[in-house]
Amino acid sequence: MTSYGNGSDAPSRLRLRTDGPPPAGQVPGVAPPPEEAAQPSEALLPEAVFDAQQVAVFYGPKEALTDVSLKIRRGQITALIGPSGCGKTTFLRSLNRMNDSVPGFRIGGKILYHGYDMYAGNVDRVEVRRRIGMVFQKPNPFPKSIYDNIAWAPRNLGLRSGLDERVEKALRGAALWDEVKDRLKDSAFGLSGGQQQRLCIARAIAIEPDVLLLDEPASALDPIATGAIEDLMHSLKGRFTIVIVTHNMQQAARVADRTAFFSLQAGGAGAKPVGTLIEFDDTQAIFGQPRDPRTRDYVSGRFG
Amino acid sequence: MSGPAAVPDPAAPLTPSGNLRRRQAVSKLTEYAATGAAVLAVGVLAIVIISVIQRGASAISFDFLVKGGPDGIGPMLVGTGVIVGVATLIAAPIAILIALYLTEYAGQRFARAIQMTLDVMNGLPSIIIALFIFGLLVVGKKQSGIAGSIGLAIIMVPLIARGTQEILLLVPKAQREAADALGVARWRTVLTVVLPSALGGIATATVLAVARAAGETAPLLLASSTFDGSSYHLNPFEALPNVPIRIFQLSEDPNPEAVAEAWGLSLVLVTLILIASLSARVLLARSKRKMGGS
Repeated sequence: MTSYGNGSDAPSRLRLRTDGPPPAGQVPGVAPPPEEAAQPSEALLPEAVFDAQQVAVFYGPKEALTDVSLKIRRGQITALIGPSGCGKTTFLRSLNRMNDSVPGFRIGGKILYHGYDMYAGNVDRVEVRRRIGMVFQKPNPFPKSIYDNIAWAPRNLGLRSGLDERVEKALRGAALWDEVKDRLKDSAFGLSGGQQQRLCIARAIAIEPDVLLLDEPASALDPIATGAIEDLMHSLKGRFTIVIVTHNMQQAARVADRTAFFSLQAGGAGAKPVGTLIEFDDTQAIFGQPRDPRTRDYVSGRFG
Repeated sequence: MSGPAAVPDPAAPLTPSGNLRRRQAVSKLTEYAATGAAVLAVGVLAIVIISVIQRGASAISFDFLVKGGPDGIGPMLVGTGVIVGVATLIAAPIAILIALYLTEYAGQRFARAIQMTLDVMNGLPSIIIALFIFGLLVVGKKQSGIAGSIGLAIIMVPLIARGTQEILLLVPKAQREAADALGVARWRTVLTVVLPSALGGIATATVLAVARAAGETAPLLLASSTFDGSSYHLNPFEALPNVPIRIFQLSEDPNPEAVAEAWGLSLVLVTLILIASLSARVLLARSKRKMGGS
């Protein structure tokens, strides 16, 4: 399953562009010249953590996502934006195989993680998630104490030595330590929504994953808590490779190095529209000089 | 079309018009019938309990509770405790594992088949189970408490399994997802996240099954009815004195004192079962609150 007909010429142009290395080392704020950007050699770019090649996702007979090719690079924050139902969360959940438990899930194309095919037969899901952490849309702490929420995974993964330090480091990393250090034994349910979400991020980074996947982590939070999460992302940048799905375009513009715009495109004859990657570029380019008219319409609010 | 216009006259007074009166009458009638049925259910329970108290209370005394037969019931209480205790030790682990399999591992179709099996098992007449145990463990050997326990365990397994399954389904999917996303193996998640959350509910299901089993007569009739009720017995490999059979024996006795004792013993049994059921409900309510979280 590698080739899919598509009704638009944009994806093919896009594939050309993402297969070749994108411009890197841009000074923030300075948008690259859109079309004839200098293409530095692959060696100058951070290593590709994920290399998605013509990924398609099916739920049963329904194709949810088609023809996504992009590279997610080490230490960067990559945002996935686009309208509802365009497959961004599906793509995100394919990056740590969380979709495997969805009945009827099938994937086409390839996702390489540090060069290894993530969906090869010998790949263990549990090991995948050990390295690729995930934070969900709704905060989902365990019904345990704040301390035990963080300590649970390290304990179960055999990282028992220095547990107290590990918990403190994770909570500091998630900018939550000062708020909870005096009540580590209290139930996590006593925290506010924003604090719970930061707790979930702390829980994810406590086992020092390689990648952090964030699925609309701030969509259930108020603007102040959202701000805290965004600050947190800035402070985690570099330590972790971060992929974030967001509906909030300002958020993508504020936190992401690179932004991928997903949208629906008409399928083949009579087929339902299916989500796909429209454009993937530096965040400033996506919001400043988008090359695809659909991206331009979406980021300027004229989406239809 | 006769009667009022489809659109009521805005100037008309706000009193029932059209067939509203009739609809209100039907509505009231339904309400009364439903209320009556509910009252009847509570009433039957109340009448049973009141008559048991009335006739049984006079028989209750300290001696009655601790002495052996024919004047006391101590050995029967202890015997029933042993039989039901052993039954619980057999049934609870199996039932909890079944429930875990159903909620955490089984595919949908297979889960439904097993679920139906459990429901059928739950509806199995206890005398059939008794006969099965009798043929398997008693014929050619001798009656024993353990045979009774196994019979009761067969009655308890579907009750505990279904109760546990329901409570496991209440554990939010988000918690399992969170655990999955942390790269921890499933069985560790089950052991350290799912089960602790569900513990209260599992205890409730078990206590309710115990309450049900404590009064089951049929399996004990065939497996543990030839006991010596005059002294305490603890060895489950012989016929153990027990409450339901003792009530049965006493109520068959022409001696009015024995009948009074039967009522007294019934009162003790009903009280124990009520306490167990009520505390189970309280436990369940508390654990559900805890699980609901935020």
